[in-house]
Amino acid sequence: MSSHYPDPNVPQPETFAFTPEVMEQAKVFIAKYPAGRQRSAVMPLLDLAQRQVGWLSRAAMDYIADLLGMPPIKVYEVATFYTMYRLRPVGKHHVQLCTNISCWLRGSDDVKRAAEEVFGIGFGQSNDEATLEEVECAGACVNAPVAQIGDDYYEDLTYDNAKALFQALKDGKPVTVGSQIGRQTSCPEGGPTTLKGDA
Amino acid sequence: MPKLTIDGIEVEVPAGTTILQAAEQIGIEIPRFCYHERLSIAGNCRMCLVEVQPGPPKPAASCAMPVAEGMTVKTNSPMAVKARKGVMEFLLINHPLDCPICDQGGECDLQDQAVAFGYDRSRYTEQKRAVQDKYMGPLVATEMTRCIQCTRCVRFAQEVAGAPDLGGVNRGEHMEITTYVEKAIGSELSGNLVDLCPVGALTSKPYAFNARPWELKKTESIDVFDAVGSNIRVDARGNEVLRVLPRLNEDVNEEWLGDKSRHAIDGLRRQRLDTPYVRKDGKLVPASWQEAFAAIAAKVKTTSGAKMAAVAGDMADAESMVLLKDLLTALGSRSFDCRQDGAVFDLSNRLSWQFNSGIAGIDEADAILIVGSNPRWEAPVLNARLRKRYLTGKAKFAVIGEATDLTYKVDHLGTGPDALKAVADGSSPFAAVLKAAQKPMIILGMGALTRKDSAAILALASQVVDSCGLVKDGWNGFNVLHTAAARVGGLELGFVPGANGRDLDGILSGAEKGELDFVYLLGADEIDTKRLGKAFVVYQGSHGDAGAMRADVILPGAAYTEKSGTYLNTEGRMQRTARAVFPLGEAKEDWTIIRALSEVLGHTLPQNTLVQVRDRLAAVSPVFDEDTAVPAGKWGAFGVAGAIDAAAFESPVKNYYMTDPISRASRTMAECTEVYVNGNQKRKTGTHG
Repeated sequence: MSSHYPDPNVPQPETFAFTPEVMEQAKVFIAKYPAGRQRSAVMPLLDLAQRQVGWLSRAAMDYIADLLGMPPIKVYEVATFYTMYRLRPVGKHHVQLCTNISCWLRGSDDVKRAAEEVFGIGFGQSNDEATLEEVECAGACVNAPVAQIGDDYYEDLTYDNAKALFQALKDGKPVTVGSQIGRQTSCPEGGPTTLKGDA
Repeated sequence: MPKLTIDGIEVEVPAGTTILQAAEQIGIEIPRFCYHERLSIAGNCRMCLVEVQPGPPKPAASCAMPVAEGMTVKTNSPMAVKARKGVMEFLLINHPLDCPICDQGGECDLQDQAVAFGYDRSRYTEQKRAVQDKYMGPLVATEMTRCIQCTRCVRFAQEVAGAPDLGGVNRGEHMEITTYVEKAIGSELSGNLVDLCPVGALTSKPYAFNARPWELKKTESIDVFDAVGSNIRVDARGNEVLRVLPRLNEDVNEEWLGDKSRHAIDGLRRQRLDTPYVRKDGKLVPASWQEAFAAIAAKVKTTSGAKMAAVAGDMADAESMVLLKDLLTALGSRSFDCRQDGAVFDLSNRLSWQFNSGIAGIDEADAILIVGSNPRWEAPVLNARLRKRYLTGKAKFAVIGEATDLTYKVDHLGTGPDALKAVADGSSPFAAVLKAAQKPMIILGMGALTRKDSAAILALASQVVDSCGLVKDGWNGFNVLHTAAARVGGLELGFVPGANGRDLDGILSGAEKGELDFVYLLGADEIDTKRLGKAFVVYQGSHGDAGAMRADVILPGAAYTEKSGTYLNTEGRMQRTARAVFPLGEAKEDWTIIRALSEVLGHTLPQNTLVQVRDRLAAVSPVFDEDTAVPAGKWGAFGVAGAIDAAAFESPVKNYYMTDPISRASRTMAECTEVYVNGNQKRKTGTHG
């Protein structure tokens, strides 16, 4: 199952509270909206809660509902609608691998194999180090195949560079974000082919 | 006002009307699932698609599109028909074909509209989705696989009931309607969710697998569980009432109904008195009507009128009350009371006990002060109306009394009479709000009028009316919210102490001291029967409750579904119940019992038919006469100024789900009490009980 759905086997914590530092950030978001419209801040606050503990528990959602003065069910609705909110704990690295058509044609199966070999888990599985998930189109088809790990995109993956990337992540070594073959944004592979000089 | 053409018919409607509403005005029905005239517009089922010109060349959702000048709408063009068929096919993709085992079968919007607007076969051969059922409390059964996500229930819970417990979680294929946390819906109006659901996803739990709609005999009647007098339809099969549904009445209940009124009906089959009883050697033994009457006659012979009294209960119909009063008057008694709770009114002025601005008047009020009442439990439908007014943002609300969650925000001025005094003398800031309001309103509950110092509180309220200008031309903002269906009728026909007669407290203390030796209880169960001392007690009623336990003779009467009875609601609006089923066993309609008894007692009442009894009622008060307009009462100060006890107001309704003999006998209400009052929210397993 995707981390977007709660896991009935994971006990829900009894309570949740923002740490003082996070609370300061939350106040900034809340202050952006006019009085009586505080509930508009629900999405950034859910994100803050998720960053604080890694996932959104029922207690966290209730806490935010209380903070913003809205019915808890309205928070549940938002949190369950957007797949970037995680309703179950995930490993240290949240690896979301695109297997949609462009990535698949460009070898996402190999990337998947690399991930399985390094982390020892398959799609929908999780351990302390990582959670591996299959996602629909990540919207970076030009640089396929692509994986989103945490907040960052890692593009132009092959079996070899993906395996190295995952191993580096696992070992806590620095990694390059973005294209793994040095491509600049979404330019053609090997550099620009048009507009090379003055007309 | 924009003019538009719908299916070739030209119609002019106010700006802001939607196409669907405009079509309805000229009798063109557009199919719909999510649209409901009393809820906000969602526009998510797409069933109401029509062709609109000018506009983009695609069908438009008529429920969400406002009319515009010169619009041409086609509800039956090939484009509209094709669009609807497509929508219907999509709706049916994930809807199970379990109509034969679905309680909604026969009265299902989806079933009807699939026949009328859908294809006759499906092209879908894949797996259908299945959704786990949810727990929504003891009254609403769920079969969520049948849900078509119209979100009517979500909007009802949030907007009308004020209990935003329901929501739609996840999205797309995975969307589910749920409480998410497995809890009962925290509302006294949850039964209405079942009516709103256009499919069989939410059905009535107590009525599950009981009957098909075409087997039921439908009788239009009136609800007597509270003093609102909601209009209901009683559905019966054979001699059994199987369910109660609300009936539309814009002035009273709109189209809602409280859970007790809807679901306490299983109490009509339990604890019933179906034969007369006479107490012999300390034990009640079944008897014939002749024996029961003879026992009463023997006692009446040995006593005098001055030693006799009668108390009418909260569900007594006006017919039996007027005859009982006539009979006891003929026997020489003057001690009657229809106020089991000892409520205080100015008995000479009906304005002192009515909801004078009318229930519909709430829709116009702009400042509302609730005193000593918890309308959420005393009259949930009326509370929904208050909430509706609150949501418009045009009214300010304040409460004096218990601080409970009324589903809307109120200014809590205080708990006791001191706060009312502050409003009366202008020292409370809310006094200024009332003064500034165009249509200010005070709602006085039984929590304020059933105290020892109630006469003084009535005087205070009367003072508020005068000092804040609650009564003006075309508006009377003094309102009493009753809790008993029979109360206003009893007051109107004078079922109150006559000259030198005793009131309830006098009757009870008289019986206690032995000054009274004959007490007639007409369905009166809420009194302290221990205080009846050694008096000979006749109990006439439908249920074996407190009154029957103490009685020396029991005369089995009919419940409200078994007789045609007249009731005045808290506004003084006259309405009549209708007989849906026959009284149980030997039980008889109540007025006929009193008429028969009068003959045995030698004071034969002249009324032989129900029409004659109603003529008698009309003679007693014009309010009971349909043909006579009742002259508007004259406002005058009432109540007696006096010492005031500082104790807090307390609503007499401690448990909404059990207030009378019928609901106390109901198993469904016992379950509701367990969940909502005792807070035991645990979901029971399928094998439980």
